[in-house]
Amino acid sequence: MGIVLSKLLENRDFVVPGDVLAEGDLRSGENTYRLRGKIYATRVGLVEYSRGVVSVIALEANYEPRIGEIVIGMVVDVDLSGWVLDIDGPSLAFLNVTDALDEPFKPEMVLPNVFDLGDLIVAKVVNIGRDGTPKVSTLGLDLGRVEGGRLVRMTPSKIPRLIGKKGSMVNMILKETGCQIVIGQNGIVLVNSRERDMMDLVVQVMQKIESEAHTTGLTNRIYEFIREMKEKRRR
Amino acid sequence: MSTTKRRLIVDGVRLDGRKVDEIRPIKIECGVLPNANGSSYVEQGKNKILVGVFGPREMHPKHLADLRKAVLRYRYHMAPFSTDPRRSPAPSRRDTELSMIIRNALEPALFLERYPRASIDVFAEILEADGSTRCACTVAASVALVDAGIPMRDLVVACSAGKIDGEIVLDLNDVEDKEGAADLPVAYMPKLGKVTLLQMDGVLTQEELDKSLQLALQGCKKIYEFQKEALKMKYGKQGEKGSVEQD
Repeated sequence: MGIVLSKLLENRDFVVPGDVLAEGDLRSGENTYRLRGKIYATRVGLVEYSRGVVSVIALEANYEPRIGEIVIGMVVDVDLSGWVLDIDGPSLAFLNVTDALDEPFKPEMVLPNVFDLGDLIVAKVVNIGRDGTPKVSTLGLDLGRVEGGRLVRMTPSKIPRLIGKKGSMVNMILKETGCQIVIGQNGIVLVNSRERDMMDLVVQVMQKIESEAHTTGLTNRIYEFIREMKEKRRR
Repeated sequence: MSTTKRRLIVDGVRLDGRKVDEIRPIKIECGVLPNANGSSYVEQGKNKILVGVFGPREMHPKHLADLRKAVLRYRYHMAPFSTDPRRSPAPSRRDTELSMIIRNALEPALFLERYPRASIDVFAEILEADGSTRCACTVAASVALVDAGIPMRDLVVACSAGKIDGEIVLDLNDVEDKEGAADLPVAYMPKLGKVTLLQMDGVLTQEELDKSLQLALQGCKKIYEFQKEALKMKYGKQGEKGSVEQD
């Protein structure tokens, strides 16, 4: 009974595409692929071995929409039956009238009166078509047109760090700064507050999270950082 | 051709002071353009190349889109001031051909079938040219693609070898390319062990070809380490060992 030595690296080792992560029976997880019994990385990131699965935590990834995710996008076209949104994904998203209005569709409805070209919209991915086009909806709490605030971009793969374990990070930031934050999984984050100072602070905090995304005690460090910055402002 | 051809190798040392199996000093940086999804800057000898990657994104114009997979578009362009004498800024036949060649060298490394109807656009601008630019452009583009977060099977490395003064040498520069007997650019996926580009300009015997190819692959492996180093410079610090917080 020989144990197959299939892990080739340590957990959290830095890998680049093409690096061999494992051989043999392990399953190939996110950001990896299998070829002739070997598992390779497809993105830069940190390797992770867990319960028979090898995956790579991507440090940089383009956005790939999934059902249920909240995204922020811009209206780039108004169609006969809906709007076309640019959500920074591999293809444009479509927002049907029936997914935007709570009433049945009537031909005399004027779509640009609801959302117009250039409007920013917070929407939820409800379906992904066979051709890969995401269908989004604005029916739901806190969805719809963005009325104000500041947009900040982040690498989509680092959005989970901004949210933290069960929202611990974003809730802490909310509490400390009093800003309203809407996070689009496509890497676009909307920050709104009456206090300019606090919005600036949130932008700084996001940059810090982006550059230190995968280090220990990040939430605590960010907490200290916010406290420190607030202290400086008071003086 | 001048009757008194100058010698390109004197006492085993080339005009720029390199040994026959030595690559030029190389510098790779990634993430240099904030507005591109991914970017890189490469200096190899006197070559200076800037690459920006956009996408995968909706293809424009739409009729060029492929319903089954993404389309990789590569633009190889030499700046007017990249050569002496100045060249026309319009894309030449050579630019068009090299764009196609590098695109073909990169395509096997990408998962194009994952993004139907999308386009991945790569723009390579040669700011200064000093021979083997197609190789340097391939090296730069694959780093920029990784920086854009686009999934890849492997990095693509490229290096040239050739024959000057009857000897097989690695990584030709401009003079060696023009005055030498043969030039052999090779692009290679080091971890998969696959050659994705192999061209030959000039005359080599079968033995010389084999020797050149082996030498070029060695060069590729050296340059591969620099590519990895460049990615590590930008991303390595973001994850300390044993320190990831999961959600």
